[in-house]
Amino acid sequence: MHATTFDPRPVTTTPSERPVLQVRDLHVRFVSRERTVYAVNGVSFDLARGELLGLLGESGSGKSVTLRSIQRLLPMHRTVVSGEVLLDGTDVLKMSPSDVRRMRGSKVSMIFQEPSTAFDPVYTIGQQICETIIQHEAVTHAAARQRALELLELVRIPSAKQRLDNYPHEMSGGMRQRAMIALALSCRPQVLLADEPTTALDATVQIQVLLLLAQLQKDLGLSIIFVTHDIGVATEVSSRLAVMYGGQIVETGPLAEIIESPKHPYTQGLLASTIHSASRGLRLEPIRGSPPNLSQPPARCTFAPRCNLAIPPCNADVPELRPLGSTRFARCIRAKEETSAP
Amino acid sequence: MKQDRSDDVGGPRQPLLIVKDLRKHFVRKKGLLARNASPPVRAVDGISFSVTKGTTLGIVGESGCGKSTVARLLIRLLDPDAGEIIYDGQLVGSPRGISVRELRSRVQMVFQDSYASLNPRLPIEESIAFGPTADGVPAAEANARAIELLGKVGLDPRIFVHRYPHELSGGQRQRVNIARALALHPRLLILDEAVSALDKSVEAQVLNLLTDLKAQYGLTYLFISHDLNVVRYISDQVMVMYLGEIVEIGPVAEIYDAPAHPYTQALLKSQPSMDPHHRTKEAPISGDPPNPISPPPGCRFHTRCPLAQPICSREVPPLRPVGSDGRLAACHLATSSPAVAA
Repeated sequence: MHATTFDPRPVTTTPSERPVLQVRDLHVRFVSRERTVYAVNGVSFDLARGELLGLLGESGSGKSVTLRSIQRLLPMHRTVVSGEVLLDGTDVLKMSPSDVRRMRGSKVSMIFQEPSTAFDPVYTIGQQICETIIQHEAVTHAAARQRALELLELVRIPSAKQRLDNYPHEMSGGMRQRAMIALALSCRPQVLLADEPTTALDATVQIQVLLLLAQLQKDLGLSIIFVTHDIGVATEVSSRLAVMYGGQIVETGPLAEIIESPKHPYTQGLLASTIHSASRGLRLEPIRGSPPNLSQPPARCTFAPRCNLAIPPCNADVPELRPLGSTRFARCIRAKEETSAP
Repeated sequence: MKQDRSDDVGGPRQPLLIVKDLRKHFVRKKGLLARNASPPVRAVDGISFSVTKGTTLGIVGESGCGKSTVARLLIRLLDPDAGEIIYDGQLVGSPRGISVRELRSRVQMVFQDSYASLNPRLPIEESIAFGPTADGVPAAEANARAIELLGKVGLDPRIFVHRYPHELSGGQRQRVNIARALALHPRLLILDEAVSALDKSVEAQVLNLLTDLKAQYGLTYLFISHDLNVVRYISDQVMVMYLGEIVEIGPVAEIYDAPAHPYTQALLKSQPSMDPHHRTKEAPISGDPPNPISPPPGCRFHTRCPLAQPICSREVPPLRPVGSDGRLAACHLATSSPAVAA
């Protein structure tokens, strides 16, 4: 058919044991004349090569802002960002605009919740994938189109050849999301950022896209950060989980351990209030109150006002994210190592 | 606790709502160049069901299945093309039954978007009192009712009564919408994705509230959601829709435990597993739901059904009894003992 087939696996420049992405003490605040929103307040985490990290949180927890900071997608105007985002050791936050442009798509790429707004409606899927490839690599148009075709096959779009010439509106929601994954993988990125990519999809389509992402991650050795508000979705795909609340990571560790014995009272409350098959006939146990107001930087545990275990010291200082065993961390002074908090 | 309803006409055994052969096709605007009118969107295509007093009927299905159109037809935000709606034994819109205006004081609705469904320029007290005032209740009495209802939905009237919608959180606004819906003393509340936009921790609070209000006011609910776990939690009966038709309807526990229709089976199996050790290995069905403009002939699910036989593409399966639990399913292959197809 053709001489060389496209190898979609990431191009690794410096193969090493170092995490592909290290976020250090990231702070993001949005400043306007009326008010300041402290959206992210000291987030640090590592993303290992070939790892799928789930970033779980409710609206306003700072999960999407964290994700966008990694690709420098936040508007420069009125956004104050500090900290470090080390991609293969290079700080993304200090890159020049042209380096940022080169990084996007080829090293780090992103898929969004709403594929219909992420694609340009006046170009075909094939044109948009080709444009991206040609922008980043010195290849002919014919070679780019051949690669676009292979990418659509990779994400299992049926009759891929015809689909290349479809406009986004001619595809169903699930198909568009597959096409967006193909676009995101077109320049062999090392890190894929997924911002609620299945939230807008129907249940029977969501599971297909989740399984596709999990398979691609395994086959290609991708490193993925998967942002979601849905514990069930996170459970299907993540190997490790970071739970966010009020712009901070409050708990992190291997997925199964967190689901089975959450240590932070917020994670415990979230799991207890999530409805599952056994809930029927029982009274739900919601977390009382509402999510925090982010108009001030945190001066105490952000969850303390809603926490049933809060004691005076919780209101005195911001708790550290402290280790509980070798792989788990929780930002709670009352969390205990061996058993879940009382 | 349960209020005696002086407005009960038909007695306890009369279903509060009977829907017969309801149909709504949306005619699309003729394009400039089109010679013939384009085919209509067959949003709701001849559905019949009834709702027993004091129970909750859950409606589930994917986008485009017609579940929200059903809600809008019932409250006559849309006029049906065909079919009858019988409220407590009285035919709606008939001289010997009840008028649409009378129906609307007995049936109220809560929408998904809590912000869009409140007037941003009215304090919430006035939003709640608006319906009763328009219905002829003196202003002082309507305001007193608004204050009482605010208390009932868990918002302290002293704090909230003069606030505007933008000053409230999503969960608080949805409580206001519930209070507004209750202000006319309805007997049937239609909840169209009413908790879908809320965070999990807040969703549980609102579901507990709905359970309490139902007992206190002797309400009947029609609960529309794409979230199968929430529907299982709150419903007595469940109705599964696919492309404008009912594919299965019956008691919630029986259907969730042993779905008879292959679509119900696929929908339930598509839910994230919530168990990190038993993740979903394979998507139960492939592809997206077809377009309701030109639904497949015969059984509308046959294009995605793993069990489809030649008869399925030729003949429309009738909704017929399956098993002995009062359940109906529209499948040629479903026999009297459910879940043989599983």
